[in-house]
Amino acid sequence: MFSRMTNGEKWFQIFAVLFMIGISILFVYPFLHVLAISLSTPAEAIRAGVHLYPQEFSFEAYRKAVASSQIWYGFRNTIFRTVVGTALSVFVMVMAAYPLSKKYLPDRRFFTLFIVFTMFFSGGLIPTYLLVKGLGLYDSLWVYIIPSMFSTFSLLILRNFFIGIPQELEDSARMDGANDIRILFSVVLPLSAPIIATITLWAAVSYWNEWFQALIYVQDQTKIVLQIYLRRLVVENQDMELRMLMSQQPGQETVTPETVKAAVLMIITAPIIIVYPFLQKYFVNGVMIGSLKE
Amino acid sequence: MASLARSGKLHAESRWKRYKKHKYLFVLLLPALFWYSVFHYGPLYGVQLAFKDFRVLEGINGSPWVGWKHFETMFTSTSQFWRVFRNTIVISLYHIIFGFPAPIILALIFNEIRGKIFKRVTQSISYLPHFLSWVILAGLFGTILSPSTGIVNYILTALGFDSIYFLGDPHYFRFTLVATSIWKEIGWGTIIYLAALASVNPNLYEAAGIDGAGRWKQTLHITLPSILPVVSIMFIFKISGILDAGFDQILNLYHPAVYGVADILDTYVFRVGLSQMQYSLTTAVGLFKNVIALLMVLGTDYVIKKSGQEGLF
Repeated sequence: MFSRMTNGEKWFQIFAVLFMIGISILFVYPFLHVLAISLSTPAEAIRAGVHLYPQEFSFEAYRKAVASSQIWYGFRNTIFRTVVGTALSVFVMVMAAYPLSKKYLPDRRFFTLFIVFTMFFSGGLIPTYLLVKGLGLYDSLWVYIIPSMFSTFSLLILRNFFIGIPQELEDSARMDGANDIRILFSVVLPLSAPIIATITLWAAVSYWNEWFQALIYVQDQTKIVLQIYLRRLVVENQDMELRMLMSQQPGQETVTPETVKAAVLMIITAPIIIVYPFLQKYFVNGVMIGSLKE
Repeated sequence: MASLARSGKLHAESRWKRYKKHKYLFVLLLPALFWYSVFHYGPLYGVQLAFKDFRVLEGINGSPWVGWKHFETMFTSTSQFWRVFRNTIVISLYHIIFGFPAPIILALIFNEIRGKIFKRVTQSISYLPHFLSWVILAGLFGTILSPSTGIVNYILTALGFDSIYFLGDPHYFRFTLVATSIWKEIGWGTIIYLAALASVNPNLYEAAGIDGAGRWKQTLHITLPSILPVVSIMFIFKISGILDAGFDQILNLYHPAVYGVADILDTYVFRVGLSQMQYSLTTAVGLFKNVIALLMVLGTDYVIKKSGQEGLF
C-alpha cells in the first residue's frame, strides 16, 4: 500500500499521523494531569509542570473527599436521577416516537410540528422557572427527572428509525389481532435494540451531567447532585464542610484544595470515562442514523 | 372515502372515525402531548410578564399591565442590555469563524488516514469531551490553565513568554471560550462530515486516479464539493443560532472580572432575573431573544427550501 503512494502522499500520511498523535495528547493529557494531581501530596501538587503520574503518591485527597456527607447525598441523588430518569425517559420517548412514525396517524403533521416547534421557540428562563415552581417541583427530587424527560432531538432520531422498519413485519401481527401498543412492544422494539441503546446512553449521560436545574430549583442540601457539589468547589469556591474537614495543623497539610477538587472531579468523571470505551459505538450510532436519513 | 371526506360534515365525522380507529396510537402519544403542553407551552403563559410589573404576592395574573415599559428600559436606558447583546454577537461570531471550520478540517484529515485501528482510536478519544459537562470541564481547565501551576503557562514561561491568566484576563477570556469549546466539540462535530465523506462514490476517486489526479487534487475536486451541501446546511444552522453564545460554558467559566466581555443575553437573564429577582425586565429580554431566534430559524428554513432541499418543517 505504502509503495503505491507518491512521495508527497507519504509525507502527508506522516504529517497526518503526527497531527493525530498531537491531537490525542491534547485530549488525553488534561485528564492524566488532574488524575495525577488528585493522587499527589501537597508539595507535589503545587509544583508547576508536567504531571503524568504522581511522583509522591497520596490517597489522602480521596479520603477527605468521601468523608464529606454532601458527596454521599450527591451520589445517592445522582444515581437515583440517572437510573429512574433514564428508564422513564426512554420509555415515554419510545411511546411517543412510534405513533409519530406512522403515516396513518391522523393529523400526524400537526402533532409533529407541535413537538418540533419547541426546539425553536420557548417562553424563556423566567416563565419556565415560575411554572416549575408553581407546579410544586421546587426542592423535590422529581424536578431532576420530569422537566427533562423528553429530548426532542432523541425523539426525532427514534422516530426516523421506526420509519425505516418495514411495515410488512407489523402487518402479520395485526392480522393476529394485536393492537398498536402490543405491536410496538413485541414487534418493533426487539428490532430497535441499537437505537434504544444510543438513546438510553444519551439520556443517562445527560441526567448524570445536568446541573442547571439542580442549581436553580434545589436548595435542600440533602438533595444536591454531584455536579452541584463539584460546582461549589470549582466555580463558587465554597464548601464549608469540606473546609472544616481540611482544617489541619499548619505545616502538616496532607491535602490542598486543589488535590481535593481534583479527586472529586475524578470521582464524578470516572463513570463516564470507564464505560465510554466499551459503549463507544452506541454513543455515535444515533448521529449516523439521524444524519444518513436526511 | 377520500371524495366523501371533502365535504364539510362528513369530513369531521371521518376524522373522528380515524381518531377512533387509531385510538391506541393516541394512547401512546398522550404522555408526550401532555408533557410538551405543560413544560414547553405552559411557560408561554408567563411571557405576559414582559408587559407587566411582576408582584410576587399577586402572581402572574394579578400583576398590573405596563405595556412596553420594560422594552423601553431595555433599549434606551443605561441598562447593560446593549453591552450584553454585543457580547453575545461577538462571541458567537468568534465561535463561527474559528469553531465552525475546525471539525471540517479534522474530518478531512481523519478521512485521509489509512491505518484503520489508529484512526478509530483517535476518533474515539476525540469524541469523549462531548460527553462531559461544563462543570467538569471548568474544573479541568481551571487546573490546566492556572497562571501559577497550570501546564499551559508552564510551557509559555519555559518558552520565554509571560504567564497568562486565561480565565481571568478580559483580553484573553473570549479566546479561552472559543479554544475550550473547540476542544470539547471538535471531535463530535466530525461525525456528520465523516458520514457525508463515507457516502462519496469511490469510483470517482478511481477515475480521477486514472486521469492522474493526485490526492490533493482529488480532495479539491471530489471530496470538498461532495460535502459542500452538508457544510452549507450546518453553516446556516450555526448562523441561525447566533444568539446562543454558550450559556452552560460561560456560566461555569466566567466571574465578575470578565463580565464586561463575557456577559451574554442568557447569563444576563439568569443573573439579573433569578439572582436579583427582576423577573419582568428579564422576561422581556428573554422574549426579545427568542423572537429574534425564531425569525432567524424561519429565515433559515426559507433559505434551505429555496435551495431545493427539504426544509425543517
